[in-house]
Amino acid sequence: MTRKLMPMAFVLAAGAATSLAAAEVAPSDVVYDDYGAIEAPLTETAGSAEEGAKVMTNRGLGNCVACHAVTALESAPFHGEVGPPLDGVADRWSVAELRGIVANAKKTYDGTIMPAFYKTSGYIRPGDAFTGKAGTEPLPPLLTAQQIEDVVAFLTTLKE
Amino acid sequence: MTRTKLTRATWSTTLGLLGGLALAAPLAADENADLVINGDLNITVRTEAPAHLDGALSEITSGWVYRSDETQQLQMDDFDNPGMIFVDQAMDVWGTPDGTEGKSCASCHDDPAVSMKGVRAVYPKWNEEAGEVRTLAMQINACRESRMGADKWDIVKSDMVNMEALISVQSRGMPVNVAIDGPAQETWEKGKEIYYTRFGQLELACANCHEDNYGNYIRADHLSQGQINGFPAYRLKNAKLNAVQDRFKGCVRDTRAETFKPGSPEFNALELYVASRGNGLSVEGPSVRN
Ligand code: HEC
Ligand code: HEC
Repeated sequence: MTRKLMPMAFVLAAGAATSLAAAEVAPSDVVYDDYGAIEAPLTETAGSAEEGAKVMTNRGLGNCVACHAVTALESAPFHGEVGPPLDGVADRWSVAELRGIVANAKKTYDGTIMPAFYKTSGYIRPGDAFTGKAGTEPLPPLLTAQQIEDVVAFLTTLKE
Repeated sequence: MTRTKLTRATWSTTLGLLGGLALAAPLAADENADLVINGDLNITVRTEAPAHLDGALSEITSGWVYRSDETQQLQMDDFDNPGMIFVDQAMDVWGTPDGTEGKSCASCHDDPAVSMKGVRAVYPKWNEEAGEVRTLAMQINACRESRMGADKWDIVKSDMVNMEALISVQSRGMPVNVAIDGPAQETWEKGKEIYYTRFGQLELACANCHEDNYGNYIRADHLSQGQINGFPAYRLKNAKLNAVQDRFKGCVRDTRAETFKPGSPEFNALELYVASRGNGLSVEGPSVRN
């Protein structure tokens, strides 16, 4: 029975993804307020904190723990200390502010070392991922709109 | 810059206080250790920053300081330093004729222990005749081409890197002292600009990691000041000696940028600039790194 149902579920999921893609806010259309916050979600699907946790620890995705220590993600090894620990971050920032920091932290902190995860152009010698070869702008953003929402959903769980 | 400096101090205290948060530190390094090679060769691994840094660093430190105790130890005795094997190999090449002139390095320079003493410490260096700043690799290739009638070596491959190691050893313990004024100044300025440019999709400059964050962990990597007094460096990761500009290339690639080519005017300028940031540290190559 499960065998028969499986393909069906996949078809449904794929269909849902396509229709949602249309409702996404493109990186160049994101509206930041004067302090760098993004009020409106980037997608129609509410973020998943569980997925967000994966994005934060995966080296090929957010790799946020390269710079930030997060107690809740302790099972992933080696957290960095380039950025502040993220414990309690939801007490310090609103959802809109967190979304703005993850999408492009430079709008919140002028000149910060934290990379912009939802930005596609305006780079100096942009590369093709980690190949060292030239890339062409617009580059794919470091994270998709949904991944940003997922990360934001995870960050909002970090209360003290 | 100052901001990051301040926060660094604050975070280390915070991390120290919250014992449970000590998630980093894969293999702790003794950042206060001193380097003495073979029991008698004192290496300056930390000293006052050169004046031209204008206070950007309070003290300059060798990359050796940030390595784990085990890696540090490998450099304390030449019998344990895997890089020394390549120095021996280069010594054979030193005496082997190559090219149309039937000459070897030894034909012109005799014993490297005498003729090459102090050379590594002052390179990259302005060459009056050529009217350019030459890296050591460029000078070696100039000798090969014009004096030996031999082909150039690829500057990141082992023939070249091993020869640089042989030449470095003759200056071990001497302070790096590259000139940045006079005719070298223009190249130096260009290198400085590159050092502070935020390249690639991650928008990171050398300074973001090696000036603002040395001593901090970035994932499992303990960031050093990115000094080059220890090059060529034997890396446990690839078990060979590595060229300075190959390291530059790797670091630029890691910013998701289009890299410069080893031997390019940009990397040559950057090499002069980064070398000058280490003026006062000892020549240390071949060093051992992870
Ligand atoms: C290369 C380092 C780096 C990476 C990678 C990085 N950050 Fe940051 N982040 C910083 C720094 C540094 C700050 C502090 C702002 C400043 O002083 O520049 C910061 C600030 C923040 C803040 C505000 C923290 C507070 O306590 O107020 C949040 C939230 C945050 N980052 C989330 C993330 C997430 C989520 C990711 C991954 C998707 C990420 N960061 C990746 C360096 C980084
Ligand atoms: C994203 C962070 C990052 C950036 C940006 C970066 N590096 Fe590095 N670099 C590293 C890491 C990590 C290492 C390995 C640990 C160490 O020695 O700091 C390293 C190592 C080095 C080393 C070897 C030091 C030694 O003693 O073995 C040199 C030299 C170096 N970098 C130079 C540069 C230069 C020049 C630039 C800019 C063109 C640069 N780096 C940009 C992260 C970075």
